[in-house]
Amino acid sequence: MDSLVKKYNMPDKHGHFEEFGGKYVPETLIPALDELEQEYFKSKKDKNFQKEFFNLLKYYGGRPTPLYLAKNISGELGFNVWLKREDLNHTGAHKINNALGQILLARKMGKKRIIAETGAGQHGVATAAAAAKFGLECIVYMGEEDIERQKLNVFKINLMGAKVIPVTSGSKTLKDATNEAIRDWVTNVEDTFYIIGSSVGPHPYPMLVRDFQSVIGTETKKQFKDITNNELPDRLVACVGGGSNALGLFYPFIDDDVKIVGVEAAGKGIDTNQHAATLTKGEFGVLHGAASMLLQSNDGQIALPYSLSAGLDYPGIGPEHSYLQKTKRVEYSSATDNEALEAFKWLSEKEGIIPALETAHAVAYLKNKNNNIKKNEHVILNLSGRGDKDINTIAKELGIEL
Amino acid sequence: MNRIKQLFSNDSKKLIVFITAGFPEKDSTKDLVLEAIKGGADMIEIGIPFSDPQADGPVIQEANEIALKNGITLLEIFEQVKDIRRQTHVPIALMGYYNPILKMGTMDFIKKCNDAEIDGVILPDLPLDESVEFCNNLKDKNISPILLVAPNTAEKRIKKISKLAGDLIYAVSILGITGNDLSSKNNLENYLAKVKENSETPFMVGFGISSNDDVEWFNSFSNGAVVGSAVIKKVLKDRKKGVVENFVKSLKK
Repeated sequence: MDSLVKKYNMPDKHGHFEEFGGKYVPETLIPALDELEQEYFKSKKDKNFQKEFFNLLKYYGGRPTPLYLAKNISGELGFNVWLKREDLNHTGAHKINNALGQILLARKMGKKRIIAETGAGQHGVATAAAAAKFGLECIVYMGEEDIERQKLNVFKINLMGAKVIPVTSGSKTLKDATNEAIRDWVTNVEDTFYIIGSSVGPHPYPMLVRDFQSVIGTETKKQFKDITNNELPDRLVACVGGGSNALGLFYPFIDDDVKIVGVEAAGKGIDTNQHAATLTKGEFGVLHGAASMLLQSNDGQIALPYSLSAGLDYPGIGPEHSYLQKTKRVEYSSATDNEALEAFKWLSEKEGIIPALETAHAVAYLKNKNNNIKKNEHVILNLSGRGDKDINTIAKELGIEL
Repeated sequence: MNRIKQLFSNDSKKLIVFITAGFPEKDSTKDLVLEAIKGGADMIEIGIPFSDPQADGPVIQEANEIALKNGITLLEIFEQVKDIRRQTHVPIALMGYYNPILKMGTMDFIKKCNDAEIDGVILPDLPLDESVEFCNNLKDKNISPILLVAPNTAEKRIKKISKLAGDLIYAVSILGITGNDLSSKNNLENYLAKVKENSETPFMVGFGISSNDDVEWFNSFSNGAVVGSAVIKKVLKDRKKGVVENFVKSLKK
């Protein structure tokens, strides 16, 4: 992967993306993070590790995923929409790429117990699958509110032998599940590996999650070049919660002449107080081990984010996204619940592909005329996950009883 | 000389008591702090409530939630401390998480600490590597940055941490969060000996300390014992006047 990245070289050796990133954690976790960093750098150079990882992605995860020209919506929109079909991964989303990478690290480090946080449950499912495959104990922290919204995923996690621990503190969603996972890790740091699900948290997590996910962009680039006789796409689009599917697609293109757009969840609108548009509306702060942009009150308390999609209602964002926004390398836009819902139905009807509600935010970007996508442009959209898990939420929104 | 340095320059047994600001009522801070001092506390830590207290167990989490519901703000905490200062010379440290301080602006925060005669600052989520500038700015105002060490902190790092701290460090007794159970005395003894040998400053020990026996025991292996969750637990159960004073008395008899 290194050979693709010539100019861009982030984070620095302390895990900073300029003022973003870093390790803002209790002292107890410092040795664990240092150990993880060392192990990660070793594994990155280790051909056997890389081979094992890519074989797992291929034979267990189902990679490579197709890059599919969605002709029906392309015809309607007047530009070419290519869907990177991460929804076709085992367990239904891009999350498995990272879970498999991290579980290999856990195994190398001799950790017997795996913990994870989950919002929409996709990361919980991916981690439970990986833990089952490697015969490791797995505990998934999940907010009570999310357990209610994502019952199907809770059931799947349990089926694969992992335990879901409901989190009842704070807003009972992803941020609180993350707090609880960190508390568990501080307490059981000697035998436990924390598989963080997005490009968030203290260094080295944002970096290693990005690297494990960058298989998405590396594959996409090759696929697009093969199809077009060595061309680059004009634009990349992905939804951003913590930001791992987006970085996975973006990173291998970061030095290329390609416009890149991340789409945040605007909930009921960015001018209301019910949204999760961290980069659009947030301010600099520190949460869950990293400095980044944050939704917060005037007194520095973390604000409760809102989005209809459980995977995007996080008050922070990966530090690298804050950096990419600051340097203007990536443009950040947002889509509301309603726009996402409409896009969800639209993609399902036109292409026979039911996207995750999170992904539908990126799909909504395509439909927004203000984005000035030129005629015949080639736009690649990361179809980060499938919508099965969201069927109940959607039905409820549409007033349909299942 | 700052009050913390002065306190830790003598060898007497020390009890440090933690009180969450704005808990159980918004204006309880002063009463509870003064009760703790009357009960015999040698130093006070005032907790700045935070929405996401990652290093805290359920008891202090609950106190944080109540305090935030009461609407306490960092600015009001400074006013409360000024008021407390008029009645006591016991050292006071603020303990909290980094984000509310960043939001206020670190220099503004330090200035306000100085104005309120705060003697020390403890931030569990601002470890050595991220805190050099902040610590030096505190020290410029003669305020002690009280950095933390943990049972798994390497010897060399204990040295570095204590050097940056300058006056006092805080040894977390366990791998864990506030209010957790203590590990075996044997493990603790080895750990505290390691801190003693490597720290260039005095050190106090906290997390999981809840009884008179604990306070005695930790004082024989360190320079002071911090009691937090156990105090807050008493107040959660019984908000009557005198509860904190009596409990602190029992800790230090």
